[in-house]
Amino acid sequence: MQLASMPFNEIRLDRMSRSFGALNALRDISLSIKKGEFIALLGPSGCGKSTALNCIAGLLSTTGGGIYIDDKRIDQFKPEDRGFGMVFQNYALFPHMSVRKNIGFGLKMRSRPKAEIDTKVDEALALVRLQGQAEKLPGQLSGGQQQRVAIARAIVIEPPLVLMDEPLSNLDAKLRLEMRAEIRRIHNQMKATTIYVTHDQDEALSLADRIVVLRDGAIRQVGTPHELYERPAHLDVAEFMGFRNRFAGKVVSRQGERATVSAGSFSVSGTVAEDLQPGESAVLAVRPDDVTLSDGAPGGVPVTVEAIEYRGREYVGIARTPDGVEIIFHADHAAAPGSTVSLSIDPARALVFAA
Amino acid sequence: MIRDTTIGAKLWITAVWAITIFFVLNVLAIIATVIVSSLGTRWLGTWLPNAFTLNWYASAWQEFQLGPVLFVTFQIAFTVVALSGLLGVTAAYAMARRDFPGKKLVMFLFLLPLLVPPITFGIPLATVLYQFNVGGTFWGVVLANLVPTVPFVILVMIPFIEQIDPKVEAAARVFGAGTFKLFVHVLMPMLIPGILASLLLVLVRTVAMFELTFLTAGPTSQTLVVSLYYAVFASGVRAVQSIDAMAVIYMVSTLVWLLVALRFVNPTQIVARGNQSSNAH
Amino acid sequence: MTSSTPQDTTSLRQKLALRGIDGVTLLVLPSVLFVLAIFIYPFIYGLLLSFAPIREGGMFANYITFFSDPYLYNTIAATLRLAVPVTLLSVFVAVPVAMRVRLVRRQRLLTTLLVLPITLGTVLVAQGMLNYLGPQGWFSRSLMLLHIISSPLKLTNNYWGVFLSLIITVFPFTFLLTLSYVTGIDPGLEKAAATHGASAWQRFRHVMLPLLVPGLAIAFCLTFVQAFAVFPSAVLLGAPSGPTRVISIAAAQAAFEQYDFTMASAIAMIMGVVQLCIVLIVLVVRNLFYRGATSGGKG
Repeated sequence: MQLASMPFNEIRLDRMSRSFGALNALRDISLSIKKGEFIALLGPSGCGKSTALNCIAGLLSTTGGGIYIDDKRIDQFKPEDRGFGMVFQNYALFPHMSVRKNIGFGLKMRSRPKAEIDTKVDEALALVRLQGQAEKLPGQLSGGQQQRVAIARAIVIEPPLVLMDEPLSNLDAKLRLEMRAEIRRIHNQMKATTIYVTHDQDEALSLADRIVVLRDGAIRQVGTPHELYERPAHLDVAEFMGFRNRFAGKVVSRQGERATVSAGSFSVSGTVAEDLQPGESAVLAVRPDDVTLSDGAPGGVPVTVEAIEYRGREYVGIARTPDGVEIIFHADHAAAPGSTVSLSIDPARALVFAA
Repeated sequence: MIRDTTIGAKLWITAVWAITIFFVLNVLAIIATVIVSSLGTRWLGTWLPNAFTLNWYASAWQEFQLGPVLFVTFQIAFTVVALSGLLGVTAAYAMARRDFPGKKLVMFLFLLPLLVPPITFGIPLATVLYQFNVGGTFWGVVLANLVPTVPFVILVMIPFIEQIDPKVEAAARVFGAGTFKLFVHVLMPMLIPGILASLLLVLVRTVAMFELTFLTAGPTSQTLVVSLYYAVFASGVRAVQSIDAMAVIYMVSTLVWLLVALRFVNPTQIVARGNQSSNAH
Repeated sequence: MTSSTPQDTTSLRQKLALRGIDGVTLLVLPSVLFVLAIFIYPFIYGLLLSFAPIREGGMFANYITFFSDPYLYNTIAATLRLAVPVTLLSVFVAVPVAMRVRLVRRQRLLTTLLVLPITLGTVLVAQGMLNYLGPQGWFSRSLMLLHIISSPLKLTNNYWGVFLSLIITVFPFTFLLTLSYVTGIDPGLEKAAATHGASAWQRFRHVMLPLLVPGLAIAFCLTFVQAFAVFPSAVLLGAPSGPTRVISIAAAQAAFEQYDFTMASAIAMIMGVVQLCIVLIVLVVRNLFYRGATSGGKG
């Protein structure tokens, strides 16, 4: 099955906003999505990502800004007139309709001829590998199968845009990985333009062409998974990307990309993520796997090991600096709890943000 | 929700609300008529009575012997409440906690008295009660009223008991509580809100139950609503305002309990409880 | 019982416990016995009694009398003429109103107001309506004030009085039932239908209605059974010897005016059978539709 070439190039959000009374759930969301792109809206719960999706779907009205398909403004359209497909968090399959009828629902609403509906539904069933289940009711399917039906129902209408609202959050861990691969496969085959809402950075990193990080209803950063993972632009994005160790202090020196932050009794060097000058307060953030036991090499951070545990390939430990800052580190050998060791931090992988 | 701003949709919404408001206005007006009339001196061919008075309440109290009638009414109602609570809660506990052969049949047995209207089963019931010489007595009325209230308590309490984790009971047993102590010290405190709500509704139902009481009551076991029926039936004998005063007293004696009950339950549940379980089979 | 050793009794007890019967299960017995004695037994007794007539003519004499005397058999038609339109009207109005009310966040005031007539009961509503709908009542006065009518409507002591009082007491019941069904449907289904291109009417027709039909069938049955048992308002607001001589009046007259309990029981049985017939028809029709979960996936 191929997506009929929809006559559009991009979908554009132009300062889209939504407020509930005094609360601004979405503020000036601007984004343009190219045809065929897979966009993940990533953020913690309450960041506005679901609100954004519902606004795009038309299930919530916007209170400012516009939504365009090329130059056609669609934010005043009713949801049924936008022609999108959507996969809901709890699937929202029609319990009284067979799998076949569920998938064919959108085509039937568009009054397509029966023969066309049948062939398209068959193709969609094959795409999600549910050929044998067509006449079953959703209640007779497993969670993963229900999810496939929901996906088939959304893409069978060949929509310019498919919206997915945390589609994997109701599945158990193993099934989640399986369905993630499935969604990637279907996307590679169909090239359907997709907006995918999730709070799980692994999902976003593995699926998306571009990730949009939302916080408090505003966009914090837009970038490819690689850009976001390696160079988060703000501290909160970094925290979301696994930068769990943080040292607050002041910038004492800066040379090009490299800056040194003094945090109490010691100082650490890192790469500047935001423009910072000596004297400004800053936070240096680094992932636990970029902090290792330095085994006496100079320039390490002196810490006391509090706990250490074996994780199979390596050890993971918790240590505390003399100033009481907790650090999580990785090591290739054990260190006795209570012992004083020094940790080295890779300056190329540590990022310095404005505090 | 999905907004719809076309003119057709707006017209439709307006029409639906207009019907709803019209209905509610009429209900309120019917109730208000009774209240206004009971307070009026003379009310003939005008919007409102000529003057207002409280005298009709005194005369209704005298004429219809409302003192004894109210006493009997609440005697009956509280007896029904106590007995249906005792029978209903214990049965609901067994129904909620055990799966036994024939459970569906027992459930159906409990549903029937709620589904068959009182007047249909009331006539054969009254016949039997008169046969056993309890017809026309206090206990005859109580027995008849228990027929729908026991199943009602059971059906309200089953989901309420089901939501209590059986592990709490298991824990109590492990720490040495026997069945009786378990009931008194562990289950009762947790079930109090549900029991209270269901029994208040039983109280309302019994005070307002006309058909069964009408069919089984004798002169000394009439409740207020049956006396009211006879008064309206024989209207022309007494002044309308006096009957209306009695009607207001009846309203107060029902609505007080309803208002208390509504603190615990949603109005929708009052009608919907019984058949949610009937829907399940 | 000398032969049964303690071991035997334990194993019997264990066997019963395995089937779910133990001390706790026995708690259900008092209620079961009560319902059997005070509900089932009288029903059977009444059924048998109806075949033991006081009058001459064999065991079917009561039924033969009923179906040969137009004054008696016409009561079925008279009751159906009231109950069927009232039920249909209630259900058809309840659906759109419930669809609307479910969107309102504060339903409590409305539902409380609607529970009033159910709680107060038919006798009080009848007394209020005698005045309210009477020739000098507020209803006719208001219509005359608005110049909709020129002389008072006659709405009491006839068919319309009973019809309206039934609507007042029965509609809230139907509505609250319907509301509980409507709110039980996952709102996500309607959203899913909308995003996949269904208009408001299509959403109702293809998603909401099929999911509502099983519940509406139940609501229809319960409403009908109530309306068919109309009694006090038919006496107080209607013409109890004329067009609103409903079947329960005939039964009550047989019992309390002629003291013929066999005939009264026969009429009660006929009443039950008519109700059962309508309910069975509705349930058979309902089974042609989907019934099951009304949510669209795992909670």
